[in-house]
Formats: sequence, C-alpha cells, structure tokens
Amino acid sequence: MEQNIYLYIFVMAVVTYLIRVLPLTLIRKPIKNRTIRSFLYYVPYVTLAVMTFPSILTATASIYSAAAGLVTALILAYIGASLFQVAVGACGIVFLLELFL
Amino acid sequence: MKLETNRSWYQKGIRDGIPIALGYLAVSFTLGIAAGNLGITAFPAALMSLTNLTSAGEFAALGLITAGAAYTEMAGTQLIINLRYFLMSCALSQKLPANLPFFHRLLVSYGITDEIFGIAIGAGEKLNPFYTYGALTVAVPGWTLGTWLGVVSGNVLPQRVLSALNVALYGMFTAVIVPPARKEKILAGMIGVSMAASLVFTYFPGISQISSGMRIILLTILIAGAGAILFPIPEESENQTQDQPTS
Repeated sequence: MEQNIYLYIFVMAVVTYLIRVLPLTLIRKPIKNRTIRSFLYYVPYVTLAVMTFPSILTATASIYSAAAGLVTALILAYIGASLFQVAVGACGIVFLLELFL
Repeated sequence: MKLETNRSWYQKGIRDGIPIALGYLAVSFTLGIAAGNLGITAFPAALMSLTNLTSAGEFAALGLITAGAAYTEMAGTQLIINLRYFLMSCALSQKLPANLPFFHRLLVSYGITDEIFGIAIGAGEKLNPFYTYGALTVAVPGWTLGTWLGVVSGNVLPQRVLSALNVALYGMFTAVIVPPARKEKILAGMIGVSMAASLVFTYFPGISQISSGMRIILLTILIAGAGAILFPIPEESENQTQDQPTS
C-alpha cells in the first residue's frame, strides 16, 4: 500500500458526511411546492422497497429461507407487529429453516 | 415536560435500534473479515466503520485502498455509492421541526443510514432527534465492534447465524413500509412498482450492469417523481389558495 490508509478514511468520511449533512442543514423550512413535497413524501417508500427487493432473496444461504423470511416479515408487518417483532420473526424463520435446508 | 419526551424518544430509539445493531453486527463482521483478508488491521478498519457508518461505501473502499487508488477516485466512488443519503436527507429535512437547533441537525445527519433513516420515517409525523440518538447509541457500537471482531477473529460465527441476522435489516424495511401501505392504496401500488422495477434492474441483461447505489437513486427519482406528478399529496391544512393548475 503506497498511500496512507488514514487519509483514505478521512476522504471517505468527509465526502459521506457532506452528502448527509448538506440537505438537512440547508433545507430548514417546510417546502411549500406541492410537487416537491409529494416527491419527498414518496422517496422513503420507494427507496426502502428498492433496497429490500430482490436483495433480500440473496441475503441468506438459500433463496427458500430468504423467501420465507420475506413472507414472514410481510405478514407480521401487515398484522401490525412492532419493528423489533418483525425483525426477530424474520430472523427466527430463516434460522430454523436453515437447520433443515 | 420537553425533557421527559426527549427521554422517552431516546428509549424508543434504543429499542428500535437493537435489531439494527444485530443486523449491523452480522454485516460489519463480514466487512471485517474482508478487510482482514486484504491485510487491513483492526484499528483502521474499526475507525473507518465508526467514521463512515455505511456498508456499500466501505466494501467498495476496501478494494480501492488495497489497489492504492487515487484519493480523488476514492472521493468520487463514495459520492456515487452514497448519493442516496442525499435524497434521504432531503426527505428527512421535512420531518424535523423547522426551529431545530443547528447542532441537532449536524448530529442527526451522521445517523442517516439506510436503516436508521428507515425507522425514522416509521416513527411518526415529526422526528424527535433523540429517537435517532437512541438508535445510534446501539447501532454504532454494533457496526464498529463487528468490524473489529471480523478482522481479529476471522470466520468464527457459523454462516447460518450471519445469514439469519442479515435478514433482520430487510425485515425492518418491511416493517416500515407495510403499515402505511395498508392504509394508502397509492403507496402500496408504488411499493409494488418499485420492487418490480428493482427486480428488472437487478437481473435484466444490460441494465443489470448499473451498480446497486445507482439503481436505488435512479429508481427513486423516476418512481417517486412519477408519483409526485400523478398523485400529488393533499395540500397542507393551512388555507392556501391554489391558483396554479396542477400539471
């Protein structure tokens, strides 16, 4: 390694923090424009949906256990289970299934 | 009274942060193993995790560091991979109280990760910064220690455990998006479209070349943008006379 690893870490940290901090410190008032407000309202749901699927299917040792984990999470979330319960429920199913798969 | 609310939000943040911490432990453990295999020692690896708090960016950095890439290349790569945080930060800006002091904004910004952003969206109309601090209190040690342990201990956790913990993070995303989608048909539709589009972008020849960070940004802008134009959310309750035609 020719370069300094700490300098790399510094560069990374600064770039990543700037991306995170700029909107939050610059946009300090509620946005009035209806289209922009609608866009920002939809952003989290689209982002989280895109990040979850299909990535979850390759997150475990087998696509079957992953699919079972996803279905479990969907059902638990639908019936109103808490964040913690959904996460633990999905983990538990994957763990149990992989004992047999 | 205000203090009491802050405390209860902090405690709620810790509670919701526990599954994140467990998921982080699994992912950062894998990150640590990869770093160790490339000859990176435990201290810089853990420092990288503490200061960056991002999985995809750090995995990409490992390759760049060992290749001895230019610092500008490192900066550019991080910018592209982590650009999604920019959109998240924009969305979060509308959930913070307008009069929130500056230093709270600086601290909350550090905690904009996929997962902490996810639970912050699910935590009610307005975001109390202490909720984020609670989540960070457990998630940051999980992420940092996991990296450290991965480097020093190598492959000690059975794959089955890592595999199960990995699902925790996706389970949480599901827990955030499903309840509001139950109430709003438009949201449910957009989530369905997003997942279908993501599937196509992941496997369809040609467009599957697009990196996962880019895929997230592109689809978010396209789908949330289309949604904003086709299905604008209702005007705020304040009596605003809308004299512009809705385009």
